[in-house]
Amino acid sequence: MALLEVRRLTKRFAGLTANNSIDLDVPEGCLFAVIGPNGAGKTTFFNMISGFMPPTDGTIAFAGETITGLRQDRIAAKGLVRTFQLVQLFKGLTVAENVEVGFHLATRGGVAAALARPSWFRRQEADVHARARELLGFVGLAGVADQDAELLPYGQQRLLEVARALAAKPRLLLLDEPAAGLNAHETDALAEVVQELNRKGTTVLLIEHDMALVTRIAHRIAVLDFGCKIAEGTPDEIKRHPDVIAAYLGTEEAAHA
Amino acid sequence: MTSHASTSTSPVRRGAPGWLGRTGYVGLGGAVLIALLFGFVFVKGGYLLTVMQLAMIYGVFCVGLNFFMGYTGQASFGQNAFAAIGGYGSAILCVEYGLPPVLALLVAMAIAGVAAVVVGWPTLRLRGHYLAMATFALGLITYDVSVQWESLTKGYMGYAGIPPLGIGPFEVEDERAKLVCLMVILVFGLWVSGRLRNSRFGRALRAISTSEPGAAALGIRIPYYKLAAFVIAALYASVAGSLFAHVVGFISPEVFGLQMVVVTFTMLYVGGIGTVLGPAIGAIVASLLPEIVRSTGRFQDIAYALLLLGLLVYAPKGLSALSGLGRPRAAEPKPGS
Repeated sequence: MALLEVRRLTKRFAGLTANNSIDLDVPEGCLFAVIGPNGAGKTTFFNMISGFMPPTDGTIAFAGETITGLRQDRIAAKGLVRTFQLVQLFKGLTVAENVEVGFHLATRGGVAAALARPSWFRRQEADVHARARELLGFVGLAGVADQDAELLPYGQQRLLEVARALAAKPRLLLLDEPAAGLNAHETDALAEVVQELNRKGTTVLLIEHDMALVTRIAHRIAVLDFGCKIAEGTPDEIKRHPDVIAAYLGTEEAAHA
Repeated sequence: MTSHASTSTSPVRRGAPGWLGRTGYVGLGGAVLIALLFGFVFVKGGYLLTVMQLAMIYGVFCVGLNFFMGYTGQASFGQNAFAAIGGYGSAILCVEYGLPPVLALLVAMAIAGVAAVVVGWPTLRLRGHYLAMATFALGLITYDVSVQWESLTKGYMGYAGIPPLGIGPFEVEDERAKLVCLMVILVFGLWVSGRLRNSRFGRALRAISTSEPGAAALGIRIPYYKLAAFVIAALYASVAGSLFAHVVGFISPEVFGLQMVVVTFTMLYVGGIGTVLGPAIGAIVASLLPEIVRSTGRFQDIAYALLLLGLLVYAPKGLSALSGLGRPRAAEPKPGS
């Protein structure tokens, strides 16, 4: 049984079929990529899996449990955590605090605990504080832990979003175009972090535009075009697949039309 | 154990280099200023005591409102409704049913809390302008009820003869003692606010204020936390309403009307929305400003407005942010971009 099992997933917006009956299996431990040209329906696909958009039809099962239509925070609580194409940092907070928010699911205690501060709560807060710094070290942001998050350059903001998602201890991490807008150096840093966290056991499903990055780091790739899955396979298979080449470069007919 | 956590998140102390950096000195200066102010008020007495008493009461209201509008970043133009529940609750329970003031305050708080849950549950599904409009309506409805339901509230006439605060045989009747009492309550309110802000609970609220999708993706139950902040704000508002009733001894619908919304918004922004101390500082400053410009006679309102404008232009993040002016992280351009 795969960790994530998507069956006949479909999304229609008033006549436009953004996702058309997509099947996908992401095995545990895999670094899986979904690629496709602009408007292929990648983000719609992600939004449905992470609960940010209800599907028109189809089912999503995570670790053997149906999660179709659950609220975002419930899905996150099951271990499926996502990042965003447009980074969603908590701007009034410092870099370290952003990661501390990520520990929300792994910790407990509300108003009463915050006021009374029993010893378990104090330990937990100290622990969260220390582990947030560890995670920042892992993505290479230890030096800017006390800065305002919004002052970070774009590339570091993306790394911060990954660190924050990792704090929630995901079994499956969804990365929505993590390399969008990054320069070559920043992309390399990000690729390294993603590969490393995958080696440490986190299953990764990533949407990406950057074909070179995906074929370098992904174990397995699915290709979307016009809302349909047109191919799936290893990076080498995908690079040679005629439909993929057509989708990315245009077919003979399309070129002449 | 938690000292590092609280220092790193406190807006006043964060980033202070060395033992007492520039931030520390500005903070210390502010504390000395406030101590001098209170000393002066205590010695001088008279009308200024009343001004400061009201500042403390508004301060309690604003510290609560800050949970919802500051930490959580939601708009509410209707929190005065819960102050009305507190005020009328205390007045009616004390005068009609003979409850001791402290018990009346607590019962009114419970009523306000339940009302906030009932009203907040459907309302908080709205966002932005829609939420602002809905809460605004809440304030207007409460005002109308307090005017029309004469058998309960005595309508426009207002409710008089409310006993002063006190426990058992001890009643706080001296004006200076009242002020001390209110100061203690405000400081307690600030302590609660600071403790909640720098905790798992407070971080969840502050996450929601800048990115709801980001917070939801990390498993934060947004409806629950918004409602919690709304209820906390209502509890503070109710206490402020009760305190007003006991300290002034008289309430009328106007006390909890639109004026209260405008005044408390001003205080929140002048002091620094989203900070721990800001709402209290704003309440004191915005209460004193009209007194300071009183000598300008019929130009008083204009002078007051000009001072407010100046504050908003030169301290857009509020007075409590002034202590951070010398901080490098605010002054430096974006690194590396």
